[in-house]
Amino acid sequence: MTFLGWLTILAFAGILTALAVPLGRYMASVYAGRPTVLDPLVRSPERLLYRLMRVDPDRAQDWKAYARSLIVFSLAGWLLLYLILRTQTLWDFSGLNPQHFHSGTWDLSFNTTSSFMTNTNWQYYSGETTLSYFSQMAGLTVQNFLSAGVGIAVAVALIRGIVGRSGRSLGNFWQDLVRTVLYVLTPISFVIALVLVFQGSIQNLSHYVSFNGPSGIANTIAMGPVASQEAIKLLGTNGGGFFNTNSAHPFENPTGFTNLIEMLAVLLIPAALILMYGRMIGNRRQGYTIYATVMVMFLAGAAVAYIAEAHGSPAQHAAGLHTAVVHGSSGGNLEGKEQRFGIAGSALFDVVTTVTSCGAVNSALESFTGIGGAVPFANLSASEVIFGGVGTGLYSILLYVLLAVFIGGLMVGRTPEFLGKKIEAREIKLVALGLLITPLAALFCTALATASRAGRASISAAATGPQGFSETFYAYLSQANNNGSAFAGYTGYNQPNPGNLGAHGVTFANLLGGFDMLVARYAPILFALAVAGALAGKRVSPAGLGTMRTDNPTFAVLLIGVIVLVGALTFFPALLLGPIVQGLTTHLY
Amino acid sequence: MKREVVTSALGILILTLMLGLAYPLLVTGVSQLAFPGNANGQLIRDQGRVVGSKIIGQNFGGNPRYFQSRPSATTPPNNAAATTFSNLGPNNVATEKEISANISAYLKLNRPYDSALTRAEVPVDAANTSGSGIDPGISVANADIQAHRVAAVRRLPMAEVTRLIRTYTHGRGLGFSGEPGVDVLELNLALERLT
Repeated sequence: MTFLGWLTILAFAGILTALAVPLGRYMASVYAGRPTVLDPLVRSPERLLYRLMRVDPDRAQDWKAYARSLIVFSLAGWLLLYLILRTQTLWDFSGLNPQHFHSGTWDLSFNTTSSFMTNTNWQYYSGETTLSYFSQMAGLTVQNFLSAGVGIAVAVALIRGIVGRSGRSLGNFWQDLVRTVLYVLTPISFVIALVLVFQGSIQNLSHYVSFNGPSGIANTIAMGPVASQEAIKLLGTNGGGFFNTNSAHPFENPTGFTNLIEMLAVLLIPAALILMYGRMIGNRRQGYTIYATVMVMFLAGAAVAYIAEAHGSPAQHAAGLHTAVVHGSSGGNLEGKEQRFGIAGSALFDVVTTVTSCGAVNSALESFTGIGGAVPFANLSASEVIFGGVGTGLYSILLYVLLAVFIGGLMVGRTPEFLGKKIEAREIKLVALGLLITPLAALFCTALATASRAGRASISAAATGPQGFSETFYAYLSQANNNGSAFAGYTGYNQPNPGNLGAHGVTFANLLGGFDMLVARYAPILFALAVAGALAGKRVSPAGLGTMRTDNPTFAVLLIGVIVLVGALTFFPALLLGPIVQGLTTHLY
Repeated sequence: MKREVVTSALGILILTLMLGLAYPLLVTGVSQLAFPGNANGQLIRDQGRVVGSKIIGQNFGGNPRYFQSRPSATTPPNNAAATTFSNLGPNNVATEKEISANISAYLKLNRPYDSALTRAEVPVDAANTSGSGIDPGISVANADIQAHRVAAVRRLPMAEVTRLIRTYTHGRGLGFSGEPGVDVLELNLALERLT
């Protein structure tokens, strides 16, 4: 560990907060329909979009109408993406498939489509050997934007339900979606993309470049429109890399500076949304309380991961490798990590992308030490509420807030109420279902994949002992949480020939993973919208003396307790079998 | 319901044109105008021929004349058209074997020129595979050890090689983010120009 390593973690948290405050203010204006600085630029495209899509943006939708629009739109997106991926060679005429890649198998396309539509970006394929530029742009980049937009829309709708004073309206889905894309995602992505190119990311439509190096060894470099996709991949907490090695690839993440920018891009919107929430409910302290709660949990995770990775792995020590910091070398567990990011930059990146639903990686999670790897596990086990994905994080933590209010209410023996609204049996049932469906999907799929021969086919040959279980568990946990990061030895595809003329999937893993993602994305969305609907019509009673406050440190502690308790009770037995065993032993398997 | 279907269909098509074609093509256009070198991969040419990219690590095949990149898990090593992690776990026998093999290879290559070099001095970046498999950088400690060999084989004064290492060492982002690294390809090309 080094001073600069710790400084990186703290400076990151500071810069993030400094950026999130103004963005939160801006986004509150966007969703309240107040004037914003971007109005002159995007107001007319916005109106044009409504007209082209035949939408009346002012038509109020109750939760069912909101959900219906969301589901139908997602289905349309799913179909188009599946079509694009299945017909890759058909688009050769556009010149956007210079390597003439064929489509993967139907089950691989099913997995990839479900993955990008659900903001998961789990990848059972490798970008540079499987996908054309057209598929990456018109297919994946689009869903990077839209899945993020859908997530944010749900969060906004839930907030409207919480503060709604009369009626049942949660706003209008189309308006929320269009405004998210035009006012938030596109402009920020554009800026980030250009910063990345300025630092060395590539953005072209060229053929791959083949050459002989100075010592005469032949090589080929994959090209592509990388920066534009990289920006929204991070900003929308999507995480699906243009290349197989994701943000470890120098073209995706060229310098220590871009590493910082990319981490900020991931947490920027989730952090701003929490502060936006405080503004929208007219109680900023409420927002700060949640912000502080998740920031504490985030920093704890980052510290543990950094310490564990700086310590080095049992395999390194058994091989006699010296892992202390020495002059001119970072030391630590550098297996699967890039020199330019070092230990702190890799550990922090992987905490940043696993607390959110981003799932981008700049180093190999599978090669993290047991404890370092347990941090991503713990983040996923907390159902991605520590900042969480764009939108998903906020609506998930609001469900946890309602649960904490309910438990707190039981403890003091009063009817639980939140912001003046009574929390009753119906809401708590919906909250519980919304929070439990994701763990259920994860554990069910893990059990199925571990117990079946077809499931075990995906475990990599080198993953012996508990590593094999860790891989499997992480795969379905990550997909259920719509995260998409992987212990990447776990494969759902084989690539028999170089150049991808015949990548095919492990059908079982492709299908099970696809269903895992779809169920764990849309069921919680529906429950969150139903909660919003149930709350929207409730009358607000003024806070009395006995009202439990939800904007002070006591509540923050209660909230952390509830999150940790639910996550631990659900996942602890499974975690013991994998990463914790590995973290507690120096034994090699 | 019909209304939703029509809006969804129109919406996904229009948004695909906007976000899937207009946005990436606009970024491509602006990048090609503003940063053409970077946008096209910072290719380095030698007498008109491409010899590599400034930020993509290459395999130098253990040739003692060149500084060697970090170990790579791709096939063949440093394959920039099919990147991959090693995905070797922290408690696996396979990982220990791979690290031991890398250390042995490193010692075999460098010890003849630096007899004081011990196993404990091998830097982690020389023994552990990189993330991308095409890591362009190595640690300063690693470069300083290899300098003995390169200076001897190329019959250059040690001070000259060390000076070049410093020239091609990049610092941390904003002074704190990440680790310094030595750009192997650029360093090797500078050596080629010298001898």
